[in-house]
Amino acid sequence: MAAIYSLYIINKSGGLIFYKDYGSAGRMDTNDSLRVASLWHSMHAISQQLSPTVGCLGIELLEADTFDLHCFQSLTGTKLFVVCEPGTQHMEGLLKVIYELYTDYVLKNPFYEMEMPIRCELFDINLSQAIQKDRVALLGR
Amino acid sequence: MIGAGKIKQYSNVLDKPLSKGKQEVSSSAFAFLFSELVQYNQTQVDNIAELERRLEDAGYAVGARVLELLCHRDKGNRRETRLLGILSFVHSTVWKVLFGKVADSLEKGTEHEDEYMISEKELLVNRFISIPKDMGTFNCGAFVAGIVRGVLDGAGFPAVVTAHFVPMEGQHRPRTTILIKFGEEVLRREARLEHGNFNDLVKAIIATPADVKYTISFLHSAYDLSHE
Repeated sequence: MAAIYSLYIINKSGGLIFYKDYGSAGRMDTNDSLRVASLWHSMHAISQQLSPTVGCLGIELLEADTFDLHCFQSLTGTKLFVVCEPGTQHMEGLLKVIYELYTDYVLKNPFYEMEMPIRCELFDINLSQAIQKDRVALLGR
Repeated sequence: MIGAGKIKQYSNVLDKPLSKGKQEVSSSAFAFLFSELVQYNQTQVDNIAELERRLEDAGYAVGARVLELLCHRDKGNRRETRLLGILSFVHSTVWKVLFGKVADSLEKGTEHEDEYMISEKELLVNRFISIPKDMGTFNCGAFVAGIVRGVLDGAGFPAVVTAHFVPMEGQHRPRTTILIKFGEEVLRREARLEHGNFNDLVKAIIATPADVKYTISFLHSAYDLSHE
């Protein structure tokens, strides 16, 4: 069974620009995924305001009974988050790797329009390779 | 003068050796700059052929300068005058300076005598670029094609150079092939040079005393006559 259920990338205004699901669990239709993305964006923003600690950057991990949600926010406000099996380790590392792929194959692509949905072949190829590698590493652990 | 004697003074600026320059630049910096170049040109055109042409023109200027520099720095102010010579110059010397490696392959076209191909599995300019489906066969390698055209044109080998994606078996990504189609006059001149060499060979054979044995070996394009 896949450890990662799905991956979302949302732009700085909360629009979903990339969504991909892996495995059968937690599969959603397009409308639902858009809803989750904007909901998460708002929750993230609210969490920053409500946090008792000074300089809080928002929720990094949400733990639920049936899934974990790991979130990574870049300096420009783009957020990447993965929904995965409860207790899955090393998701921060994977999110960093995915962010690196995003900066390489999306931002350096002259045909990508900022804040718009990501449709880059190279990003897809390298992303599936990274996820595959992560799965192999997970089996090894 | 402060520091005099430390640095050798050249009375003539032309005597000064040309510095090798910094050999490497950041790949990210280049990728972003190239991306901007493509984006800017995209705003200036209304069809893909035009965009390809503009990128090629940008590359042409690079090629012309690279030829000038390399002939002076690496080849002691000499340049190649033969077809295969200039092709291998592009394939190895130019490629090494621009992309840090020799091109993956240099082949002669099978269908036409005047066509040559330089292929690269992963062209540096295309490393981070995914072409959208609606742009068809457009290839940002047009910029590199322009560089090649600039070098060839500057060296006196006018050619039409284009970049194409060629699908490879068992590979996700197609490779990029730079197709070089030489002008008619280039081939005519090349044939004449070849012919000239052949005349020399005949003269040499006639001049050889009858009792000397010789072997003739055919090397690339030149004839080599060695006595035994």
